[in-house]
Amino acid sequence: MNIARNDTSILGRWWWEVDRWTLFCFIVLAGFGLVLTASASPSVAERIGADSMFFIRKQAVMVVPAVMLMLTISLLDLKNIKRLAGILLLFSIVMMFATLAFGSEIKGATRWIRVAGINLQPSEFLKPAFAVVAATMFSAQRMGEKVPGFWMASGLYLFMVALLMAQPDFGQTVIVSAIWGVQFFLAGLPLVIVLSLLIMMVVGIASAYFFFPHVQSRIDRFLDPASGDTYQVDRAMEAFSNGGVLGMGPGNGTAKNVLPDGHADFILAVAGEEYGLIACLVILFMYGFVVLRGFSLIFSRNNMFVILAVTGLLLQFGLQAMINMSSTLTLIPTKGMTLPFVSYGGSSLIAMAIGMGMVLALTRNRPGNYQSSNGSFIK
Amino acid sequence: MILSHWKKLGYTTKPVKRMTLSDLKRQATLQGQQTEALETGRTRLMITGALMALAFTGIGFRMIDVMALSNVSEPKTRNISQSQNLTFDRAPIVDRTGMLVATTVKTVSLAADPRKIMDPQDSAEKLGQILTDIPVAKLYKMLSRKAKFVWVDRRITPTQQQKINALGIPGLEFRTQESRVYPQGNLMAHVLGYTNVDNKGISGLEKSFEETLTSQGEALRLSIDGRVQHIVRDEVQKAMTEFQAIGGSAIVLDANNGQVVSMVSLPDFDPNQPGKASVESHFNRTTLGVYELGSTFKIFNSAMALESGTANMSSSYDASKPIRIARFTINDYHGKNRVLSLPEVFIYSSNIGSAKMAEAFGAGYQKDFLQKIGMLSPSPVELPEVGRPQYPKTWRPINMVTISYGHGIAVSPMHVAAGVASMVNGGTHYQPSLIMQDTKPKGTRVISARSSKAIRKLMRANNIAGSGKKSNAIGYFVGGKTGTADKVKATGGYADRARISSYVAAFPMHKPKYVVYVMLDEPKGNKKTFGYATGGWVAAPIIKQIVTRAAPILGVTPIDPTSEEVNRELALKLPQDSHT
Repeated sequence: MNIARNDTSILGRWWWEVDRWTLFCFIVLAGFGLVLTASASPSVAERIGADSMFFIRKQAVMVVPAVMLMLTISLLDLKNIKRLAGILLLFSIVMMFATLAFGSEIKGATRWIRVAGINLQPSEFLKPAFAVVAATMFSAQRMGEKVPGFWMASGLYLFMVALLMAQPDFGQTVIVSAIWGVQFFLAGLPLVIVLSLLIMMVVGIASAYFFFPHVQSRIDRFLDPASGDTYQVDRAMEAFSNGGVLGMGPGNGTAKNVLPDGHADFILAVAGEEYGLIACLVILFMYGFVVLRGFSLIFSRNNMFVILAVTGLLLQFGLQAMINMSSTLTLIPTKGMTLPFVSYGGSSLIAMAIGMGMVLALTRNRPGNYQSSNGSFIK
Repeated sequence: MILSHWKKLGYTTKPVKRMTLSDLKRQATLQGQQTEALETGRTRLMITGALMALAFTGIGFRMIDVMALSNVSEPKTRNISQSQNLTFDRAPIVDRTGMLVATTVKTVSLAADPRKIMDPQDSAEKLGQILTDIPVAKLYKMLSRKAKFVWVDRRITPTQQQKINALGIPGLEFRTQESRVYPQGNLMAHVLGYTNVDNKGISGLEKSFEETLTSQGEALRLSIDGRVQHIVRDEVQKAMTEFQAIGGSAIVLDANNGQVVSMVSLPDFDPNQPGKASVESHFNRTTLGVYELGSTFKIFNSAMALESGTANMSSSYDASKPIRIARFTINDYHGKNRVLSLPEVFIYSSNIGSAKMAEAFGAGYQKDFLQKIGMLSPSPVELPEVGRPQYPKTWRPINMVTISYGHGIAVSPMHVAAGVASMVNGGTHYQPSLIMQDTKPKGTRVISARSSKAIRKLMRANNIAGSGKKSNAIGYFVGGKTGTADKVKATGGYADRARISSYVAAFPMHKPKYVVYVMLDEPKGNKKTFGYATGGWVAAPIIKQIVTRAAPILGVTPIDPTSEEVNRELALKLPQDSHT
């Protein structure tokens, strides 16, 4: 692409302002996801009786609009990002209520709803929307506006948690809690409270272990692999060790034949078996790169809202990747969490594209970003 | 209010306002606060970023650990169980002479990874020609299963292994594992029991000694003598065939320490292939089965009478009239219809006389005595298959009367053999054991040496003048007591033609070394026995055969049958003799 520096059209400005490294990582990750879906999903599709190209077609159909959506959102300015997040939050809250009322129950949890022939998981959309809206609230109070932003954000957070636990969805609750907690931390929560919250968390987890037998059994089962059903995790570990440093080669893996979630939550195991350690480290590096590059981009910005929103969005992105990879690598108990952009799954892909589109928009290198604030810091 | 908050959050454009001086001052303070807030935010963003970087690095190390450093192709859990199998071999079992009766050998199993099998149908057909006892359809089903691992055949021969290897079918693999082998086949089936495919004991001594066998390398030595076991099994088998019995049981027990030298239950099975035998043949009649054993109980009844002091060898009982008790009438099988002395009650097996003896010492004494000689609890022998004796919960007078001649109480043959040993060995009860013991076990005295000597005389007399004549092995001074009981029908009441015929003996009677017990289940009389199928006709001859054949092996030397010394020791003056 050849765009002149002094091109002032929307696209021209965008090209010079957007962070192309981050954008590049997203596109590579989505591409890698497509390749892995092609590798892992045919045997899953055959197992469930669908035609072998079923998941590949669905994923390919979703990836293109997802990338388009991400690029479109990255064109928006800050105010429109706020508006988009507000609308998205309202939309996901409505859909969450609809899910609780009309959704289909799968494995004891109601997380999915069918709208116009498409299966939606509204909680996926909730996360980026919440990150931006909460950032708005935190930053407003922090920047001296006469609004009780901290209280508003915390109230919204509790409301989100209530909605998520009604499904119930523990994994998403953890993510939303992390977003709220870290944004609050950045927005200047006194260190005393930070420390006491940390202590309360440790005590809470410990007492949950001792007082709730089901929590205890879950943790014990994780700590002692000989007890209980660890089928997927065992197969995943087998796949990793089969793969070794260089992998068995594309299509040569066997884990995908026996892993029920080989194309979704356990896709890293398939990647590890077929493409080896190097590919896995590259994927890991890209996630780490996106998060840390994003942090460094906003570090010297003078806009509190941008700092908080981008931190929240990237935290969601990074944490989700970490939780997924850690459970596949049996570092933590298995949690249903997709690998951003790589795992098969329409809702998660689209929602991630919206979130990362917002990141791209917020981190754009706009004029005035580094000037000292003068009261009208929001353009 | 809410709307004004909304505006301040920046969702709408702010109206431009003219600034006053105080506005400007306020703005200056605000700017100071904002700069400070941004500084705090940046510091904390750095902390967050550092933590994230740390977590990503941790995951990276885990990846390297899992993929480059560990080289296990199996999940951890399976590795543990495999290494356990490798460290200990299941210990062998030998008989008292050191003969190997159970051992562990390495055998080869055929397994498959169906994911790697390219053409299940073709592979199944080729395999079917080598593994002839598995149908091709079944092989196909196994090889086309959606699994990572299936067992195709758990024990293949070296020839089969070589042929399968030559087929070169990818996805098939051989696994070497330990298998339990019983070189003597059926010989000690019910003693040894067997193991499952995973080499875990699931019946017999294999089960009760599971821990010992898997934790020690040393062989487990039995008290069973394989040679005697062979003789006993052979004789009981022959008798079963001759009298068309549905089952048989026999025990040879060392009278002076409770060691079981032979224990047989027929029909039996081959522990190498336990699955191929009928369910019936897995039933251990000798320790698990409990039966009403009839008149053999009169040995204990006589001992109770003598030991309680309510009778002596010259006591007499009027057996001329049947006894009526409750709504039952007690009659004699070989009725003499006269007054009988205590030895006569024993020899003629008088139920009336036995009942009268019991009435003299009472139900309480009877129950305590039976308890003392272990008749009311499961046999302490080391097998998991031990039957619980059946006896009345409340010991009414009618129960006392029937129990005096062995009805209304059901015990296992092992109970009887151990009980009789304590009656003849001088009065000490030893717990029966199948395991060789180097030191003599400590028994408990249950009757006096005097009473024991009297019992020996009674049992010997029964072999001279009573129902046990056919068990006389010349030179071994056998003495014993028959038992014949009708079996309890499933519908209740006694079956007429279905009976348990048994004989319990000891030899040599003046100084008993061994107790021999034999039982046939539902024997049918034949021409040779004039249609009789009682213990004296069908079981006693087996004792004679066993003693004649096994005594030389057991080191019991025959004695001149006319030896005055021995005959005087066992002499018993029957009151009736004076009349004839």
